[in-house]
Amino acid sequence: MYKQAKWDEPLIFEVGKHSKQGLLVDDEFRQEFLDAINDIPGEYLRKTGPLIPSLSEVEVVRHFTRLSQMSYGIDVGSVPLGSCTMKYNPKVSEDIAGRDSVCFIHPYQDESTIQGLLRILYLMQTWLKEITGTDVCSLQPPAGASGELAGALMIRKYHEDRGELDRNEMLIPDSAHGSNPASAVMAGFKVVKIPTDPNGDTDVDALRASISNRTAGIMLTNPSTLGLFESRILEISDIVHKAGGLLYYDGANLNGILGIARPGDMGFDVVHINLHKTFAAPHGGGGPGAGAVCAKGVLKDYVPAPIVDYDGRRFYFKYDVRRSIGRVSWFYGNIVPIIKSFIYLACLGPRVREVAEISVLNTNYFMKEVTKLPGVDLVYGRDRWRKHEVVLSFNKLHRDTGVTAEDIAKALLDRGFHAPTIYFPLIVPEAHMVELTESESKEYIDSLVEAYKGIVRQAYSAPESLRRAPQNTSIKRLDPLPANHPRTMAPTYKYIGRLKEHRKLLKG
Amino acid sequence: MPHPWIPNSSLNVKREMMKHLGISDIMELFSDVPRSLILKGPLNIGFNRSLTEYEVVRKFEEITSGDKVFKSPPPFIGGGFCAHYVPAAVKALISRAEFYTAYTPYQPEVAQGLLQSIFEYQSLMAELYAVDVVNASLYNGSTAAAEAVRMALRVKRGRRKVLISKTSHPEVREVIKTWLRGTGATAVEVGYDRETGEVSLNKLKSLLNSDVAAVYIEYPNFFGIVESVTKDVIEEAHRAGALAIVFSNPIALGVLEPPGRLGADIVVGDTQPLGAGLNFGGPSAGILGIKEDRAMLRQLPGRLIGATTTIDGDELGYMMILQTREQHIRRERATSNITTNSNLMAIAAAIYTSLLGSEGFKRIGQAILGRTRYALKKLSAIDDIRAPLFSNRAFFRELPIGFKRFRRASDVIKKLLGMGIHIGPALGRFYKELKEGCLICVTELHTRRDIDMLATSLSEITSGGGLDV
Repeated sequence: MYKQAKWDEPLIFEVGKHSKQGLLVDDEFRQEFLDAINDIPGEYLRKTGPLIPSLSEVEVVRHFTRLSQMSYGIDVGSVPLGSCTMKYNPKVSEDIAGRDSVCFIHPYQDESTIQGLLRILYLMQTWLKEITGTDVCSLQPPAGASGELAGALMIRKYHEDRGELDRNEMLIPDSAHGSNPASAVMAGFKVVKIPTDPNGDTDVDALRASISNRTAGIMLTNPSTLGLFESRILEISDIVHKAGGLLYYDGANLNGILGIARPGDMGFDVVHINLHKTFAAPHGGGGPGAGAVCAKGVLKDYVPAPIVDYDGRRFYFKYDVRRSIGRVSWFYGNIVPIIKSFIYLACLGPRVREVAEISVLNTNYFMKEVTKLPGVDLVYGRDRWRKHEVVLSFNKLHRDTGVTAEDIAKALLDRGFHAPTIYFPLIVPEAHMVELTESESKEYIDSLVEAYKGIVRQAYSAPESLRRAPQNTSIKRLDPLPANHPRTMAPTYKYIGRLKEHRKLLKG
Repeated sequence: MPHPWIPNSSLNVKREMMKHLGISDIMELFSDVPRSLILKGPLNIGFNRSLTEYEVVRKFEEITSGDKVFKSPPPFIGGGFCAHYVPAAVKALISRAEFYTAYTPYQPEVAQGLLQSIFEYQSLMAELYAVDVVNASLYNGSTAAAEAVRMALRVKRGRRKVLISKTSHPEVREVIKTWLRGTGATAVEVGYDRETGEVSLNKLKSLLNSDVAAVYIEYPNFFGIVESVTKDVIEEAHRAGALAIVFSNPIALGVLEPPGRLGADIVVGDTQPLGAGLNFGGPSAGILGIKEDRAMLRQLPGRLIGATTTIDGDELGYMMILQTREQHIRRERATSNITTNSNLMAIAAAIYTSLLGSEGFKRIGQAILGRTRYALKKLSAIDDIRAPLFSNRAFFRELPIGFKRFRRASDVIKKLLGMGIHIGPALGRFYKELKEGCLICVTELHTRRDIDMLATSLSEITSGGGLDV
């Protein structure tokens, strides 16, 4: 049976008496320091030190090792969060990207001294162009949402350059990731929501009705968040382009068509890619990621500069990208994850197509098994094959038993599985959005199905017991109310007292 | 052969699963993709075929074999990122797979350790910068600055301008401008005093009015200068009803008065010196903090971790809080589109900070400040070098110098490179009027001998044939 580690690990501020040292610092320049502070006005010298605990190295190492044991990553078990593409992060990538030839290179180091590293970035741009079917790629965006913002700004600048300042509407399907509308608004657009048809595709009639000379473009992910390939994509592309708009591709779901079909061929003008999803750079518990933005045709001169170029003799950063929107981040992007993705792609080469084939096979195999269970349903396009992910609805089970999608998620945790994305996309009630990627074996998928089977059985026989899940994790279910209430909220250590106070009241 | 990273690529398993689905060809699963879109052949990526692990290692080593890693002496390059020591304990701990292979902690019950680490990061940074709330990280310092500016525009609704000191990092200024496209607001750069290398208070005053939402400055600034007008700038901003955004280097804050205590409304920074490494410019993590203020808190971008209790009230735990500000809940009304942040680098910063402790922070600040002074002393003794480039002598870590006989600093940088020493960047790259200028960066990694070597080599270069190349 699964039982997550549980340490009564105090906060770092409470670990021990504070007069120790975890890292030695030399005192060789004492005299020069004393000279130097004479030149700094007194009002800019720190009077009272920061209240940072002073611990020995062993205490710090033990503290964070214990905290790591109360965490859960891909190396522990699958993390089937839909639209997150949590695949295995190859160890060889970690090894290579951790070397000094990557980690000890300064961003302003002379280009002549890093021709190899620049060549790698150049190759990466080339491969991403090939994968997406585009003309140019910039590796600068440090994450997917940043690539989205870049893409939306590129569309904006394109219309501005043509004097079409009225084009301020961005069309976004109701199944889209939240970051799409958020990015569109950041780029100054008004969001126009497009519904999904019963088949799971973007409602093309509604799209036609929404399109006008105010349309700047459409933001789509294909396959969609329902895991379905947008089968009328060529028609959509035609409608939007004819109306003078552009197509933006959210690359979060690229894993499902890798090497099989390309956004550029579908008519997309700008594409962002999450290297930390599709190309196996680790997610780091929430980042850092890396998010390239690629463009074709009319948008190819708009990408954030610089990009790496080659003049037949040497690799160099090209800053004069004619109509570039400018920098979305400093330097050249998150190089370490980019190198990890480079290694992943270098290893797979033309076999990258198997990534899509097997992840899609995995999804459909899982879907077929899990939808045999009572109370579990698919909402859109019931008879269609899924791609990278599948969205299950536990709406019937919820109506039958009162058990929620969240209860089921917590029960999965109790069985040693990370839960999928829940309550998303918003158009599916009591949703579990499951993405297994190519990393999971048939045996693992079978065991996940078994876990669901056990939970569903429990929901129908003893629904109350599921409300108490999880029990086997390092902590029981958490209460969001005191966490978010202004009187008890504790976003940093110094406020923890108010929470403890609240708990005392609660427990009498 | 089945691929090691794709377990079900084994032919037998694949066949069994396909049989289960009632298909005989895997492409049947893609029958809804228009035929015209299906690629006919394999993609032309990688090195013609799939590579084994030992082949890819060899390939990488071959490609990068001509690259130069500056170890002895370490690079003297500044410009926001500098070579710092990354403690072995930091590397070991962030290599714990439970941390680095985890996703965003959407399921807090299995992610308590990760959440507690970030809560500690937030708390430690709040101490360092002397503010009340720090978010769970942004991508890096440049996007933290851009988010801060956008946040100020939301807090000061109706005001359409932000003033940015020209003594700020030139690439950060560019990032802010890009991030303002689409807001209708404009960034106006405030010139600096050529004599002191500090932002011009007079120019700032003449630009401040009721349309200004925020003033952005760096402390120390891009030249490494601790500007003597920092407090005045903050006061002037407040007088005009604008917010003061102050970007600070965290490694300086054991010695320098924290921006929170100088009156900054939003503090920003970058964790690069706190155990992130150089990484050819990324990743690091962006720091953003504020005082406790409800209106500001509502506009805070990015994730925030808070303490809470279990539902039964028995235990304390941690979870993401105020999520109604975020894109996955609030969509088009979110405070930012940020999703992935820079979590692992934030944990690295928390570990680094915990290793140093408050005494260590003071010490490392002193060690760097002392070296900066030593470099200044050695370089100012060279006839053909103007060190410092400006009259101000309050430097931390970075130091601008000028060459008297060479009209372009880039020529000196190239020559020095030939001797295995790397300084930079040339200021002419960012400031047309400072072509003869260049930055030098010294950190705890540089020894007295390294700095002596730098001075001797520069002296040789600048005294010999100094005519323009």
